[in-house]
Amino acid sequence: MKTYYNPEDLKNFGKIAEFQKPLADKFFDYYGEVFAEGALTAREKSLIALAVAHTIQCPYCIDAYTTDTMEKGCDEEQMMEAVHVAAAIRGGASLVHATQMMNKAKEISM
Amino acid sequence: MKSLKAQHHRLSSAKEEIGILENPIPGSKGDGFSTYLDEIGLFPLKPTQLDILQLNLGKMCNQVCQHCHVDAGPDRKEIMTRDIMQLCLEVIRNHEIKTVDLTGGAPEMNPDFRWFVEEIRSIDPEVTIIVRCNLTIILANPKYHDLPEFFKKHRIEIASSLPYFTSAKTDSQRGDGVFDKSIKALKLLNEQGYGMEGSGLILNLVYNPSGAFMPAAQSGLELEFKKRLADKFGITFNSLFTITNLPISRFLEYLLRSDNYEAYMEKLIASFNPVAAAGVMCRNTISVGWDGYLYDCDFNQMLELKVATKDSQHIKDWNKASLLGREIIVKNHCFGCTAGAGSSCGGTTI
Repeated sequence: MKTYYNPEDLKNFGKIAEFQKPLADKFFDYYGEVFAEGALTAREKSLIALAVAHTIQCPYCIDAYTTDTMEKGCDEEQMMEAVHVAAAIRGGASLVHATQMMNKAKEISM
Repeated sequence: MKSLKAQHHRLSSAKEEIGILENPIPGSKGDGFSTYLDEIGLFPLKPTQLDILQLNLGKMCNQVCQHCHVDAGPDRKEIMTRDIMQLCLEVIRNHEIKTVDLTGGAPEMNPDFRWFVEEIRSIDPEVTIIVRCNLTIILANPKYHDLPEFFKKHRIEIASSLPYFTSAKTDSQRGDGVFDKSIKALKLLNEQGYGMEGSGLILNLVYNPSGAFMPAAQSGLELEFKKRLADKFGITFNSLFTITNLPISRFLEYLLRSDNYEAYMEKLIASFNPVAAAGVMCRNTISVGWDGYLYDCDFNQMLELKVATKDSQHIKDWNKASLLGREIIVKNHCFGCTAGAGSSCGGTTI
């Protein structure tokens, strides 16, 4: 069955340069810099990436950063806590807008 | 759980394993590992010195770990005899060996283990003696309870596997209850001064991934292990060695069974590091099997690939010049030692 997502495509990420090399080079240089050890450790950045991957629901990113966090020495409990951070922010983002709903409801109610 | 050998599993045959390893991996160059070495001017791979003698005292073990490259376990009966040990002592006495690395199985289960250690120490008070202790052996039977004192008396350096600082990950790889017993054993070693600053008693831990992925960076993970083990259990140790799982024996069986073999090999190959290749442990080590045969490393030993010399394939025929002049046998499992920051029995190599 054909699907839009093919796990094998993840290996070909670098090949996006075939159609536009200068921009791809800039992107991958930037990407490499972002994930290098800095004020945050590479391990912390990997956990952030894993959480963001779940927020944007990118299967390639979830695949890549599940492996990457494990290769950075994280265990399943830490990884799941990172995903819960993403879920809490997403859920909180919905719920905090309830204040608008409450404001409006009160505005039009006796 | 039984060993692959006791199960009569096809992967208990070295020939079968080599057959699988020789199949080309999609995307890899030429003839595999030798081609990668050739491109950086390292093929044929030659020794640089002969400092470390690693001795397999037997395949018997009280544990049956999921990833064990020795396929060790309680059902393995191969054991180094005192006669072979005597021949090893002659080499240690006459050939300026700097480190004697005792491994198994559980080396302490060899009935001549203590005699052998005492003999090595009497020959050379300064030689480094490493025992690859699985920790749980100390608690496995009252006759092993005094091992920490014995290790201290002979200034043994301890290298012990602990795949993680939690029970779930440790037990999934090494067996139910192994983590709790390992923690108890580490406390007993700490009580003797092992891993304590200024004691001179070295206690190193060994991390290897619990699955089909590469190990974490050694220095960062060491800090994490130190913090977690100190905070929760009050345990201290010297260094953490991170080791890559090589695709042989039980780990190969796991990779094939879980359909991870090809992706894992692709990853090892894509991570080939020329600097790590120059520093592989087989360039300064000789591995001795329980029956006295000589190998380039512990992994080649398990694949039954004896050293490529005509006149020095057994400890009784030890010929240093011949061994230093040999070509080291390499196959695709060697990608495990050259990936990323490199891997050896002493952790990363760069």
